[in-house]
Amino acid sequence: MTNVYTERVIEHFRKPHNMGKLDDYSAIGKVGNMVCGDVMWLYIKVDQDDRGRDVISNISWETFGCTAAIATSSMVSDLAKGKTLKEAIEITNRDVAEELGGLPPVKMHCSALAADALNEAIYEYLEQNDREIPETLARRHERVVKEVAELEKRYESFLKDEPGTGPAAENATPCS
Amino acid sequence: MKPTIYLDNSATTPVAEAVVEAMLPHWRSTYGNPSSLHEAGMAARRAMEASRAEVAGCLGASPEEIVFTSGATEANNLAILGTALAAGETGHIVTTAIEHHAVLHTAQWLESRGIETTVLDVDSTGRVDPSQVRDAIRDDTILVSVMAGNNEIGTIQPLEAIGEICRQRGIPLHTDAVQAYGKVPIPIDAIDMLSVSAHKLHGPKGAGFLFLRKGVRIVPLVHGGGHERGVRSGTENVPGIVGLAAATHLAFEERDEVTDRMRGFRERLISAIEAIPGTRLNGHRTETLPHITNFSFQGIEGESLIMRLDERGISASTGSACSSPDLEASHVLVAIGVPLSMAHGSLRISTGRQTTADEIETFLEVLPEVVEGLRAISPFKVGD
Repeated sequence: MTNVYTERVIEHFRKPHNMGKLDDYSAIGKVGNMVCGDVMWLYIKVDQDDRGRDVISNISWETFGCTAAIATSSMVSDLAKGKTLKEAIEITNRDVAEELGGLPPVKMHCSALAADALNEAIYEYLEQNDREIPETLARRHERVVKEVAELEKRYESFLKDEPGTGPAAENATPCS
Repeated sequence: MKPTIYLDNSATTPVAEAVVEAMLPHWRSTYGNPSSLHEAGMAARRAMEASRAEVAGCLGASPEEIVFTSGATEANNLAILGTALAAGETGHIVTTAIEHHAVLHTAQWLESRGIETTVLDVDSTGRVDPSQVRDAIRDDTILVSVMAGNNEIGTIQPLEAIGEICRQRGIPLHTDAVQAYGKVPIPIDAIDMLSVSAHKLHGPKGAGFLFLRKGVRIVPLVHGGGHERGVRSGTENVPGIVGLAAATHLAFEERDEVTDRMRGFRERLISAIEAIPGTRLNGHRTETLPHITNFSFQGIEGESLIMRLDERGISASTGSACSSPDLEASHVLVAIGVPLSMAHGSLRISTGRQTTADEIETFLEVLPEVVEGLRAISPFKVGD
């Protein structure tokens, strides 16, 4: 199974871009869940460019997960870096998977995880700064929160004492 | 294939040179059908029966108690389904939570046909207490199936005591001995059926056998020309059977030497890996197969771990969800109570007769670097 990854996936897994924690981040998107074994924390630093637009000036991530989870973390950070928030909101899981030359079907949820992490980080930034939240972003945020609640309910007994669950993982996404 | 340090011998093993040599003539010259009456057929039959005698002798069984199959999955299915069919598809089966899927899924499938199954829990080291078996047996129990040694964590089971309980109640005991065969002594007198696969033992893939004690009744699953005393029809895989016997011969001949070496490797692995912070040994410290060592690493995920090791030329395996098609963590690690985060971060190291001390040392140099590298990009730090 592991040998069906594309070369791009392996490249990003071997030498991931923008990895680690960002010390001066503006917002963080925490997604994933220990049930599926993928947890992704995405940090963004937002600054204003000379035209006053919000721009992701820096981005990094910390991921507990498989080859695909690490490669998609790396790819989504590449795709979002330097983009305006307006542009970054448009990045989808399909973009992430396509840029990696595709993912094995069973690993497609990893690309969703990466896109959700970006979405959640932007959502948190806009919310914290009392900005208007675009409807698509709010809808995706609601879906993520709802999926987590369902998953945690389903695996309640499993998840006791697990890192990355409970209050610390409020905005986590289930595997699908 | 680039040179690798192969530490995944519980998945499969390289075929030993002596085994390849033993098999070759049976494609080239002894190609007859063992059921044929002419010399070509008789030569193949002689090779097959000599193989049967070799396998039976090593096990302490009679040759007519050895049923050759395509491997252990078939042998497990034959034992379990064959017993259920013989019982008229009613009754009750006792097995354990850490069986290989070839046993567990077969028993579960039988549940859909109306046979009840009791799946025994194991303790935190993976052991079954014989008293659990005694308590689980009912008047309608038709079979107890408990594996000899676990394929993921290496824990071995008290088969002698379990067999005694079964014997008292007149219930056949089956054991999946795929990992234990040729590695640790098997109390064959306590067992009625036993499954073995050649490829875990430096033999070929596609060959194995079911030990079927005289007098134990099963109904065949494969019907046809009545081969293998009517229990398993189909022209016998003579080269595979000869390979199985050659691998068996080798394994029993060099067992003490090889398993002493393996035990030394396991001790070395345990002491070195325990020195890495945030690790735990999965399985039993002493009641174990010599060739399997299973560890969990806090804060990292197993598929990434094996992929990073693979980049460094090391083959091992994991019980992580991400490495399984159903995205579920190993049922064995869950059954022994390993927290999910640690079950996802498991690594199974399994040695073979070809494994060297140098390979173990190289692995132990690479492992901490790989673990550190993955922890550096994980949100969960050791000590969290």
